[in-house]
Amino acid sequence: MSSSKSASKSTASKKNKKLNSSQVEMKNVSKAYGETWESEEVLKNISVEFPAGELTVIVGPSGCGKSTLVNLLAGFEKPDVGEVTVDGKLVTGPAQDRMVVFQETALIPWQTTLENVTFGPKMRGEKKGRSLDDEAKELLVKVGLGEFIHKFPLQLSGGMQRRAELARALINEPTVMIMDEPFRGLDAMSRSLMQEFFLELFEENKKTNIFVTSEIDEAIFLADNLVILSNKPTTVQTVIKIDLPRPRNYKMLTSAKAFKYRKQAMDLLHGEAMKSFAISK
Amino acid sequence: MTQSSTTQLDGNAKPEGFELFMLRMNKKFKSVDPYLTVAGIGLWLFAYWVLCEGLEIWRFNKLPGPVAISKDWFSTTPFQGISIFTQEYYDHIAVSCQRILFAFGLATGLGVPLGLFMGWSRSIRDYIFPIIETLRPIPILAWVPLSILLLPGFEGPVIFLATLASFFVTTLNAMLGVDSIDEEYFRAAGCLGSSRWDIFRHVVVPGALPFIFTGLQISIGVAWFSLVAAEMVSGDLGLGYLIVDAYMNNVTVPMVIAMITLGFIGYFSSACVRALGNKLMAWHVKELAQQGR
Repeated sequence: MSSSKSASKSTASKKNKKLNSSQVEMKNVSKAYGETWESEEVLKNISVEFPAGELTVIVGPSGCGKSTLVNLLAGFEKPDVGEVTVDGKLVTGPAQDRMVVFQETALIPWQTTLENVTFGPKMRGEKKGRSLDDEAKELLVKVGLGEFIHKFPLQLSGGMQRRAELARALINEPTVMIMDEPFRGLDAMSRSLMQEFFLELFEENKKTNIFVTSEIDEAIFLADNLVILSNKPTTVQTVIKIDLPRPRNYKMLTSAKAFKYRKQAMDLLHGEAMKSFAISK
Repeated sequence: MTQSSTTQLDGNAKPEGFELFMLRMNKKFKSVDPYLTVAGIGLWLFAYWVLCEGLEIWRFNKLPGPVAISKDWFSTTPFQGISIFTQEYYDHIAVSCQRILFAFGLATGLGVPLGLFMGWSRSIRDYIFPIIETLRPIPILAWVPLSILLLPGFEGPVIFLATLASFFVTTLNAMLGVDSIDEEYFRAAGCLGSSRWDIFRHVVVPGALPFIFTGLQISIGVAWFSLVAAEMVSGDLGLGYLIVDAYMNNVTVPMVIAMITLGFIGYFSSACVRALGNKLMAWHVKELAQQGR
């Protein structure tokens, strides 16, 4: 990964008073589950860099431990070997600088959309009352949910839930957004609308984004860097720099360049998928 | 998209108060449900009448039929001593209701927190769960001698038995309620910077509420059940006592009146618990409505 470019970017952003994006790194990370004598190694010696202010997409065959990777990055779990760092600082648990958007919705069903969004700042006692509500409403209007602030999550459509979740994460001003297959389960139309919406949001605020998916088209459309994982025990197979211009639109996916990336990624992933398919058979 | 259609719906003024009530009643009586209920009750009463009074089938002829019961029940001078015009009837009801309120309140006050803590903390569960699971299958009637030995007077044992039965149901349901909460809500709350206590207040308690209220509806039924059993064994007043007392004195009408009264009050108390639950869980009600229930 073009380390010189990302390094200059991260030093530039460090000069700002409030950090907008952070550099995330995984060094020699391994993780296994189960008892020692029959443990299943899920991640094996993973070293990968997530440059500040860039959108890094992780793709891999299904069941390869992508969610485990997310749990380590978020701090829900600790690696057996190796370390995860954010701007050089060791990750020891979940924190507000790294916000996770979960696979299926994790909006709290007994709180209204507004209550969900204000939950984080309220819990930490940072902001309160009117000004917090106003800020949350502003964010919700921005994600197109202005009319739904008093609805409960289950009264929203799948796409709206995801946008509400984005708002809930963004109000905490994280420097890293971790997205664990966030658009899974949406229908094709809402999915592509969400991708476009998400890209706009990213291109506007340039936070460090780590986006996990199993869809290659989605990956290429969104990514600055594409990390391709191997089959279990999972290692980083290749990192592809996706050099498509921003702001992006869907037409770029049909360009010769995108097609080249797609073929490259498909070949790599197909090989891995075949392996896991053979094992499971 | 859905956005425009929703705004349109919101554009219609929402009826309130009496208007809303009339709208709902109107809708209800246009459906077939209420007529089925009326027909069901009518059929049941008719069968009862045929068995006891119409044909006087063998052994059923010892029971008071619907006509005999209603004659006494609504009479100012009841032949067998109990009617809606006698003070004694209301004394029995009042005593039973007081005991239930006390027992159910005690069981809820102890059971809900205990169940929540058991679901929330592994170590609390390890301490308490095995004991509860051992005591729970012991039938409530098996506790009668012990409760009489342990507690003085009439009130003590009766309330103890009713409390005990409903306590187990409530505790277990509250614990299962916590178990039912999706792990991701805990993670999301942790990620957003909640302390352990915040998670208990904002995730554990509201998340377990649907299970808790299912449990409370069962537990108030169980409380009535064991209260009456207790009153029949050790009591000086109350609907259970009235049943057994009437039986002993060979007057069958007050016995059946007390039974039917118990049914109505039990129904009413469950409905109250359900209504309270729905009020506290607007999100859950809307979720069910979304699924067409």
